[in-house]
Amino acid sequence: MVTKLPPVDILIVGMGWTGGILAKELGPTGLKIAVLERGGTRSTQNDFSVPLIRDELRFSQRHDLMMDVSKDTYTIRNKPSEPALPMRRLGSFLPGEGLGGAGAHWNGVTWRWPDHEFRIRTKYEGRYGKNFIPADMPIQDWGITGAEIEPYYDKFEYTAGVSGKAGNIKGQIQPGGNPFEDPRGRDYPNPPLVANHASKLFAKAATELGYHPYPRPAANSSRPYTNPDGMLLGQCQYCGFCERFGCEANAKGSPHITVIPVALRYSNVDLRTYCWVTKVLMDSTGKKATGVAYVNVLTGEEIEQPADLVILAAYGLSNVHLMLLSGIGKPYDPETQTGVIGKNYAYQGGSNVALFFEGVSFNPFIASGGWGTSIDDFHTNWNFDRSKHGYIGGSYISVGGSNGRPITYRPVPPGTPPWGSAWKRATAKWYQSALAIGASGMVMPNRYNTLDLDPTYKNRFGQPLMRMTFDFKDNEQKMNRHSAEVIGQIGRAMNPTIMGNPNPRLTWNVVPYQSTHNTGGAIMGTDPGTSALNKYLQSWDVANLFVMGASAFPHNSGYNPTGPVGALAYWAADAIRERYLRNPRQLV
Amino acid sequence: MSETKIGRREFLTSVGVVGAASASVNALAPVAAEAQTASQAAATPPAAEAAGYEYLKPVEQAFVEALVDHMIPKDELTGSGTELGIATYIDRALAGAWGKGARLYKDGPWQRGTPNQGYQLPLTPAELYRAAIEGSNAYCRKTFGKDFDRCNPEQKEAFLKDLAAGKITLEGGLPGRAFFVVLYDNVMEGMFADPIYGGNKDKAGWKMIGFPGVLANNAENVKKYSDGKKFPANPISIADMS
Repeated sequence: MVTKLPPVDILIVGMGWTGGILAKELGPTGLKIAVLERGGTRSTQNDFSVPLIRDELRFSQRHDLMMDVSKDTYTIRNKPSEPALPMRRLGSFLPGEGLGGAGAHWNGVTWRWPDHEFRIRTKYEGRYGKNFIPADMPIQDWGITGAEIEPYYDKFEYTAGVSGKAGNIKGQIQPGGNPFEDPRGRDYPNPPLVANHASKLFAKAATELGYHPYPRPAANSSRPYTNPDGMLLGQCQYCGFCERFGCEANAKGSPHITVIPVALRYSNVDLRTYCWVTKVLMDSTGKKATGVAYVNVLTGEEIEQPADLVILAAYGLSNVHLMLLSGIGKPYDPETQTGVIGKNYAYQGGSNVALFFEGVSFNPFIASGGWGTSIDDFHTNWNFDRSKHGYIGGSYISVGGSNGRPITYRPVPPGTPPWGSAWKRATAKWYQSALAIGASGMVMPNRYNTLDLDPTYKNRFGQPLMRMTFDFKDNEQKMNRHSAEVIGQIGRAMNPTIMGNPNPRLTWNVVPYQSTHNTGGAIMGTDPGTSALNKYLQSWDVANLFVMGASAFPHNSGYNPTGPVGALAYWAADAIRERYLRNPRQLV
Repeated sequence: MSETKIGRREFLTSVGVVGAASASVNALAPVAAEAQTASQAAATPPAAEAAGYEYLKPVEQAFVEALVDHMIPKDELTGSGTELGIATYIDRALAGAWGKGARLYKDGPWQRGTPNQGYQLPLTPAELYRAAIEGSNAYCRKTFGKDFDRCNPEQKEAFLKDLAAGKITLEGGLPGRAFFVVLYDNVMEGMFADPIYGGNKDKAGWKMIGFPGVLANNAENVKKYSDGKKFPANPISIADMS
């Protein structure tokens, strides 16, 4: 027995960063908006207060704020010839669940991806020639330019209270910032976070080697801050419980303290928690969405919610999963290289190395989330010559250190036994005296890195799980080996007592945490034959469906994705409000 | 901590039954109850500190106690694994939601998979411990002539090294490495998780490394300790703030 509800004008799936931005920006239209969130509600007072939130076991090890894989998960494999098996526990990446989504438990690193990434095929062909791009690497332009998106980056940075130092204001290079960034209209809303001892040692060595260190931009507010919507952020307390935790100081730019409460001021915005959307409903032509089907997970009741406009704003992977389950767009086939849904799935690579300094204390538990010092000489720097290294992409390199929590952070020098008194002595000696240099590497799409529906395994609603087929290919292995060389060079220049072996990521393993930066699968572009969405994140196939999130990215940067995820949500909201709603149609 | 509170370990030591715990736990119950009463008279301890085991059976208790004492030996840095409450931590974890398979995708079919595909057994953590302890003791009996907890330190070390290296398949084809991965995490959790979960007793794990626990406010400390100087940690736990 399915309950059919009276129609709404706009239906938004998911109430995290993008759902919150869309609801806030579309609220003033006065249209009837329903937002369906599959998890529960969240507030700083009730969910993130001290001492409750300072519980490494509950939040970091047991994933209290994250997706519950006993209900829905993914099947995973490295290549099409392997049987895909379920990801039975969370590990390599950590999607959120509940109000605010992963925006509640992220670290806050917030970048502007540069223009040359949005025009990646054009730029690489122009500089290195067509043959430089391997045949099995479907990189493609996004359909937008950096200049178009700049005002929306600004909007998101000011919404989230990002702390940083501009490197290029309207073409003027700013000392102390990232000289390789695209021109920006103005500086960050907040000054950079404090630099710790590890950052200072890294910056000194990097400068001596001729690189260009700058403070990594982070949505951890370095001072009390009021954002343009009038929402208050507190000052970061450097508590060391950021990523995987909610912020008790309201200092981490998070949806539940910024965009969501603003959206909920509009009486026409109706938030419904514990509502799990199982399908986008289509009319008989297959070209028009008529609403969604969902389950009230508190009662099991099945409900149909008709709507004129549907916006998918869940975690990127969930957006792709919903499109596949709903039969929207043609699923991608890697053999024929036709179809678009599930195409260009990418992840993030990199390398890391541990350094040990006898007698020096870095106090790793005094830490912000996204802070750190970075260099972009091998990443956003377009002048860095990739042809010498034979890969497309690059890596940004940082010393961060957001975490001294000892269940997971227990650095010991290579060769230390894993238990016993020798392990205890090494842990006691080196816990405070270690730091890590990390490189975060881009991942180019490959025809065999894909998302589709699993033929065997089902979720709690009896629907097929989504199947992820992914591994780092030759391009990424070369890139990660190169970044390992660079971090080794910087590490040696920092003159540690002991240095570990720089470790490049060469294959994808689902167990250790690496990055919640899953991209692609419902990508934006200029051609309906090779992309799922147009430049406004509108489905080419279904004009009254827009799809937010990093699932729209045709490739993955070395940069964290939340900056462009937020900016593109603001950009799409503008297009919907100013153009689509006045005359519903294909905008391109 | 009340001086009258007597831990299970001291108990067993005082009556000379360490190493034969399997036969003796029930016989000790009246004494344990008396100790518990004495302890409650002084202060009501958090539930996790209560004596006794909730999930582990006697043979399993002996195995886990021997394991945590081997991996975390008593030395100048901390007491032994059992003194730190790590065996209690593991018992409570297995008895609770995590042990029963919360946040674990449990549907079949099952295949071994590649190492990159992670845990693929049809067992909850509690079921895994039950089967793998039985299998480990069988392996130790075959190899060393006795259960794991009765083995000498060299034999324990050899067994754990082979288990960690994936060289041991336990009875019924259970991969020993899958057990090791879970138990190693659990030992570290018992050593370093907040003491409300029964391990890290008296914050000994945190004191060993200088981790300050749930300390809230570092906006000034971050500037004061940004030059390589050590922050003087006096760890604070959730219970301290509750």
